[in-house]
Amino acid sequence: MTATFLRRLYFTVVALFLAAPLIVVAGVSVNARQELTFPPKGFSLAWYGQIFADPEWRLALIHSVTLAVCSVAIAVAIALPLAWFLWRRIAPWANIFQVLGLAPFILPPVITALGFLTFWATVGLFGQFFTAIISHAIFFVTLPLVTLSLGFASIDRSLVEAAATMGADDRAVLKTVVLPLILPYLVSGYAFAFVLSLNEYIVAYMTIGFTTETLPIKIFNALRYGYTPTMASVSVFFVAVAALVFGSIARFGDIRRLLGAMSSEGN
Amino acid sequence: MRREVPKSFADYTPLLFPGLMLVVFFVVPFSTMIAVSFFKRNPAGFYTPDFVVDNYARFLTTFFAGVLGFSLMLAVLVAVCCVCIAFPFTYLLTKRSRRVQTLWLVGLLSVLSLSEVIIGFAWSTLFSQTAGITNLFVALGLMDKPVALLPTFGAVLAGMVYQALPYTILVLYPALVRLDPTLLEAARTLGASPVKAFFNVVTPALRNTIVATLIMVFVFALGSYLLPQILGRPRHWTLSVLITDQAIYQSNMPFGAAMAVFLVLISLALVGLMLLVGRKENAL
Repeated sequence: MTATFLRRLYFTVVALFLAAPLIVVAGVSVNARQELTFPPKGFSLAWYGQIFADPEWRLALIHSVTLAVCSVAIAVAIALPLAWFLWRRIAPWANIFQVLGLAPFILPPVITALGFLTFWATVGLFGQFFTAIISHAIFFVTLPLVTLSLGFASIDRSLVEAAATMGADDRAVLKTVVLPLILPYLVSGYAFAFVLSLNEYIVAYMTIGFTTETLPIKIFNALRYGYTPTMASVSVFFVAVAALVFGSIARFGDIRRLLGAMSSEGN
Repeated sequence: MRREVPKSFADYTPLLFPGLMLVVFFVVPFSTMIAVSFFKRNPAGFYTPDFVVDNYARFLTTFFAGVLGFSLMLAVLVAVCCVCIAFPFTYLLTKRSRRVQTLWLVGLLSVLSLSEVIIGFAWSTLFSQTAGITNLFVALGLMDKPVALLPTFGAVLAGMVYQALPYTILVLYPALVRLDPTLLEAARTLGASPVKAFFNVVTPALRNTIVATLIMVFVFALGSYLLPQILGRPRHWTLSVLITDQAIYQSNMPFGAAMAVFLVLISLALVGLMLLVGRKENAL
């Protein structure tokens, strides 16, 4: 009895710790007037409308979504052939590319960001929007690479063998057997990287921060010049997008397996 | 179709695009950064090519030693706090039903994916005078009037633990999920209480996992670039904040690059150490 109670208490405390800042931000975001008070005074959803109505916020939203959609597409285009090659061929030295794909994510982000800053400044392209797209693609290639590697590892090789003995060549096997099997992993890899790209600040800031505002950059700039409730509503918007995406992955895929729980059956 | 050794050049074509992208846009920028760390500062532009070690010589100042010491101390503190909270939590979580686990994982991932900007903003709101948590204490009669809890060291620590906690739980999760259940059953059969079994059986069995997780969270915390700036005072700035500040606001890209190279070396040394610890456990 006491054990159960203590466990519940523990879970509740952790949940409160994780939720408290978000609850306050959600509360602040529905203030009727432009003030930072909690509990909110009055109720208004106007600040959510601002994200789409205010030209500056709308532009930042468009930038962020464009950046995420394009960069993650490139990241997947890099990760898919690489993961397929590593699964299909025995070439130990090719693992160096896997390490290169994982490195930007393991190192502190400031380092990768500064690397991009010095690089784009040196080649004279600093500040162009497409530089941020390429930078994000490299920075987030880790996620599709990891999910796709998991996906390939989960393929039963006898299935592929069966297709091959019946005369399917590499291309046919890839199209009819491999791709359908790894599609869920491809989609979750894209989704993971998409959400993170949407939220990313430092790489975007160091590549295009002086010329273009993405949503996180806009929030930070607004934060330095004072307070507007739109910052709160955008934050809630971000939490909602993340919860929606990860919720869908959990609903349609196996999130526990993606996160490393080997036995997706049983338990 | 078994794995095969590539026979012809055509077999390598899938590597072409990924290899090219990773080399041109990761290896080259990284090398550029190392090169720039030896260049001279040019206040009018980005830098002037040169070969000087002045940028590294600046590490020997007491100011830099202070920043480095503070960054390491803060990262250690964050790592210890996170693992102490997360280890028992993750263990208990793996004992819950799949539904509950999935729900928590979705929530943790959502918090983990949040921009550092948003986390900083959320905590600065929670600790503010007008909308902060102290208003709740006033309403409960614990305090006379609401106060601002930032900028303080405590605020920086809270924000960074918040940022790293979901990461810690997700790093520990696979190891704890795969933990052999017979280990615990044996302990329970032999008469150990669940708490005793947790401390005397589960914790020692995963000692290396705990050490590896501490290091990973430590590196993660070293990378925090905004929270010390938003929630703390300038004396709470860490190496990551200083790198951003030098490269962007002081337009001293070479010094920023030198500090970044230094941070890479620290991180790589720690990641290497972690792989070593991890290998030991697999060998057992």
